[in-house]
Amino acid sequence: MNAIEVQDLRKTFKVQKNREGLKGAFADLFKRQYSEVTAVKDIHFTIPQGEICGYIGENGAGKSTTIKMLTGILVPTSGSVKVGGYVPYLERERFVQEIGVVFGQRSQLWWDIGVIESFQLLRKVYRVPEQDFRKRLDELVERLALQDLLNRPVRKLSLGQRMRCELVAALLHNPAILFLDEPTIGLDIVVKSEIRDFLRDMNREHGTTILLTTHDLQDIEALCSRVIMLDDGRIIYDGGLEELKQRWGTGVEVQFQFGTPTKLPQLEQWSAEMPVSWTAENELGAKVWIPRDLNVSDLLAKVVGKADITDIKIIETNTDDIVRSIYQSGSAEKPAEQTAADQDGKEAVHV
Amino acid sequence: MSDSLMAPAGGGSAAGPQKSGRGLLLGAYFDFIRIRFLTMLAYRVNYYSGILIYTLNIGVNYFTWKAIYGGGESLGGFTGAQMTTYVAVSWMARAFYFNNLDREISTDIRDGSIAIQFIRPYNYVLVKMMQGLGEGLFRFLMLMIPGMAIAMLLFPVQLPTELSSWAGFLTMLFFSFLINSQINVLTGLSAFFVENNEGVMRMKRVIVDLFSGLIVPISLFPGWLSKVLEVLPFQAITYLPGSVFTGRVQGTGIWSVLGIQVIWFLILLLPIIALYRAARKRLFVQGG
Repeated sequence: MNAIEVQDLRKTFKVQKNREGLKGAFADLFKRQYSEVTAVKDIHFTIPQGEICGYIGENGAGKSTTIKMLTGILVPTSGSVKVGGYVPYLERERFVQEIGVVFGQRSQLWWDIGVIESFQLLRKVYRVPEQDFRKRLDELVERLALQDLLNRPVRKLSLGQRMRCELVAALLHNPAILFLDEPTIGLDIVVKSEIRDFLRDMNREHGTTILLTTHDLQDIEALCSRVIMLDDGRIIYDGGLEELKQRWGTGVEVQFQFGTPTKLPQLEQWSAEMPVSWTAENELGAKVWIPRDLNVSDLLAKVVGKADITDIKIIETNTDDIVRSIYQSGSAEKPAEQTAADQDGKEAVHV
Repeated sequence: MSDSLMAPAGGGSAAGPQKSGRGLLLGAYFDFIRIRFLTMLAYRVNYYSGILIYTLNIGVNYFTWKAIYGGGESLGGFTGAQMTTYVAVSWMARAFYFNNLDREISTDIRDGSIAIQFIRPYNYVLVKMMQGLGEGLFRFLMLMIPGMAIAMLLFPVQLPTELSSWAGFLTMLFFSFLINSQINVLTGLSAFFVENNEGVMRMKRVIVDLFSGLIVPISLFPGWLSKVLEVLPFQAITYLPGSVFTGRVQGTGIWSVLGIQVIWFLILLLPIIALYRAARKRLFVQGG
């Protein structure tokens, strides 16, 4: 069954135009001018139950607008949305019982009261029976190590502490679908990885479907089997993370450290029949760029016996680079014949 | 207060979960009253200065009216003594019905935290009303009663002694709160439609203070204006309950005053529902 079904979804905002100068300001007083901005342009995707899907894109690409339509906050301009069997904006109060939402930039806890009081209030708001609540709370508190924080007022928590509490708040009613809008924003590396571990466990143990927007691609690598990439309101990639790497990762870089000075022409000669490119870092160091369709071991075989090598490092293209180059080109469709031509451009990213 | 209401409906039978579910949500709404009350209590300095400000306001108005009356017998149907009581009572009533829901709602809308409100399975406007009630109860118990006690020591305020007047007044006071909060909610929701509703909020505040009869009783306005004000909801906030409490309206008149309040409460529900629906459609969460 699909947890989320989206078809031809579109959202258009009316934005006020401010005319220039004093004259313009006076004109605005009497007659406003509006321009239409389409934040999400007829997108289409489905997410099966139990999947963790990453939803990425540059600022202003339409990620948050999509999440807000999926969670029933915004009413779509056109198209259809179905989440957990509900049309979110039509049956909002019943629908939100079934989902959990975390906005990394906004708190859903009450600022002035203690953490545990916020949880108690949410228990009543979501109508969770006392026993279920106790069990769930104990589980979450232990898993996220919140024991010492429960009696503190929310305003006295650090960002990392608060974010862990936000997760509990979003999960107390045991939602089947969890929406996370930049959940790791501003957190340190320890808390980030704690939260990632936690989400992965949640997904595995409870089968929670998770849709996650983020700018931190490590979140994606750690959690998501699937990525949807958005650019200017349109989906430009929807598929596996591995596929994305395969398609866009243009190759592998191998760094060599030599025991004795080794000249670049020498290296090039050894690998003459292979379409690789060498660059020298200094007399004792060089790196080679190997396109994806070649085997790294073939190249190593040619060099290892002949040169005096002290160290070898193999560097995969990381997701950051891939995503950056996709953002720059504005499309994830990469025609096959362009692959070679792209090579130079891609190399520039690596140098 | 909440303890009895939030008691878990233990031993849920077949019909149990549904019922206790609704009970829980009701408990949550009552919790919003309780939490706002406790939050207000936490800001102590605000509290003490509040008592002082309300007593001062009564004092200023008392002396102003005393000067206006001079040796005169009555103005607009008010005797000097009645006016003193009217001033004290209307300021004290204001302590209960006054709240900043308009500002809170428009802040939620303008900074985008309204998004958080819409992912919860409750009615946002109702929650706001509950918070307003928590604030009102706080002011009623902690400001109005001590303030009134001080005012009675300082000025010749005469409060009725019959229990029925008190019961009537408290009922009407509750409707004053409802009507005033409804107007505040409407003002706050206007932030969905105008980018900056600061002006709307200020205008509302002046209009409510003036046209509700807080500053000048409505019977003292020029004839044509009091005619106009009689068909507006503002008089139902201060002037009508105040008239009953000072004994100017008696007997069956009390019922018609209460009736006017109930009618305004019902009428004002309509624009709130309409505005809330329209707002949902064009909601534009600021800050992406």
